[in-house]
Amino acid sequence: MSDGLIAEHREPGILGISYTMWLRILAPSLIGVIFLGGWEWAVRHYEVPRYILPGPILVAQTLVRNWGSLSVSLGITLQITFMALAVAASLGLALSVLFAQSRIIELSLFPYAVILQVTPIVAIAPLIIIWVDNIQVALLICAWIVAFFPILSNTTVGLNSTDRNLVDLFRLYGASRWQVLWRLRLPTAMPYFLAGLRISGGLSLIGAIVAEFVAGSGGRASGLAYRILEAGYQLQIPLMFAALVLVSATGIAIFLALSLLSHLLLRRWHESAGAGDRR
Amino acid sequence: MAKRYATGTLAVQDVGLEIGRGDFLALLGPSGCGKSTLLRMIAGLDAPSAGRIDWADPAARRDIGFVFQEPTLMPWSSALRNVALPLELAGVPRHEAAARAREMLARVELAGFEDAYPRQLSGGMRMRVSIARALVTKPRLLLMDEPFAALDEITRFRLNNDLLKLWQAERFTVVFVTHSVFESVFLAERIVVMAPRPGRIVAELHVPAEDRAAEEFRTSPIYAAHCREVSHALSDAMAA
Ligand SMILES: Nc1ncnc2c1ncn2[C@@H]1O[C@H](COP(=O)(O)OP(=O)(O)O)[C@@H](O)[C@H]1O
Ligand SMILES: [Mg+2]
Repeated sequence: MSDGLIAEHREPGILGISYTMWLRILAPSLIGVIFLGGWEWAVRHYEVPRYILPGPILVAQTLVRNWGSLSVSLGITLQITFMALAVAASLGLALSVLFAQSRIIELSLFPYAVILQVTPIVAIAPLIIIWVDNIQVALLICAWIVAFFPILSNTTVGLNSTDRNLVDLFRLYGASRWQVLWRLRLPTAMPYFLAGLRISGGLSLIGAIVAEFVAGSGGRASGLAYRILEAGYQLQIPLMFAALVLVSATGIAIFLALSLLSHLLLRRWHESAGAGDRR
Repeated sequence: MAKRYATGTLAVQDVGLEIGRGDFLALLGPSGCGKSTLLRMIAGLDAPSAGRIDWADPAARRDIGFVFQEPTLMPWSSALRNVALPLELAGVPRHEAAARAREMLARVELAGFEDAYPRQLSGGMRMRVSIARALVTKPRLLLMDEPFAALDEITRFRLNNDLLKLWQAERFTVVFVTHSVFESVFLAERIVVMAPRPGRIVAELHVPAEDRAAEEFRTSPIYAAHCREVSHALSDAMAA
């Protein structure tokens, strides 16, 4: 046999990380440092008052000083976010499997999923908060509405993307509906589902924050958004920035975590995963 | 037998064909002449719009291996799991299916590649996995739809040799679709020539086993003579 296993191709690098990867880490970091430095310098040079625009150092100090109360709020927001994401993932997956089983169900329900998606969450959040007594549940529903659609639509596309020849092959061997779903359609849909999950992770955080804002203006919440509102009312602008930084950092962390999950699940077989593999 | 698709295309018309046990039959013709359609009807993947298929042994119709033009492997499964698939779908216990799949992979010279994923294998190796999967159930009938058309010539020649060896050892029935005169003469004892619009059978030629036994058959004068004969039949078919 002359045609051997296609060798895994490794780029040269430092500390086991390739040069391209270093560039991807270092280049944005450098931009970040320049930006923050410029900001700090501008704030000091023009003597901007701290209730208009605090410098990054002050924001960082405020973040550290208020870490105790901020981290409690972060925990509350994260709880809503992850619960909403879990419900969105399981319901989205279940519903798309249902869609894949029956065209009639898909045709009759999909438009409502679209309506749910296009209705601005800020517009319906007040209603949900009025209707649902338990504020936690109300927030959860709001975050879920925002996070649900990408998972549903992506997984539905994935379940319908099966290789036609593989479908024929399963048919030839008399595979049951269940075997086709479990062994063919779900694995095909996996990368699509994970891509949806990555989008939905960020969206459920946004959904949770928006709902907290709406609820918070009625004085009924304690998550990060409420801290931003509160700090705004009291003109504690550095605290507001600190909470804002925390929200962004959380969003980035969620995205990275879900990307890692996706990479770990797909790296052995999917083209999208694994730098240095066959292209 | 005939097949008209919902689009109105008459893909094959008035096709009558008898296939005997242990035959190696090639369906040869230009693309669009209904070779794939005919093969899919034999496999039971499409129903004829007119006529029928009679099976001398009705159990044989469920005892089929199919090789597509593309390897058609599950990218999320290792070579071993891909080959074991038909057995697992039939309810064979997993360890037994794995053992038989391992054996079959060795038969197609892929021992040692059990755990490789399709993306790590070359085109020729993927095709071998596909052939191993088709043979793992020890089917009586092997249907192949231009299985080597996408491969380079060197790989194709080698897989031709391997297929012929497997067939000579096991004597399953093969229906092999191809648009290559050279491939059909090299492999098949019966060459059925088809013509397009509408798809139909226009000639059948034979390459006797004793001719194939010739030294270095692929470069022998007998091989060239058969190729010339089949080429003529094909160009007559195109002109008709
Ligand atoms: N699923 C289909 N629906 C409609 N027309 C088809 C379908 N499959 C094949 N055809 C048509 O039937 C004819 C024969 O096709 P095919 O059997 O694939 O030929 P071959 O395999 O010899 O190239 C072609 O004209 C093709 O366009
Ligand atoms: Mg074809």
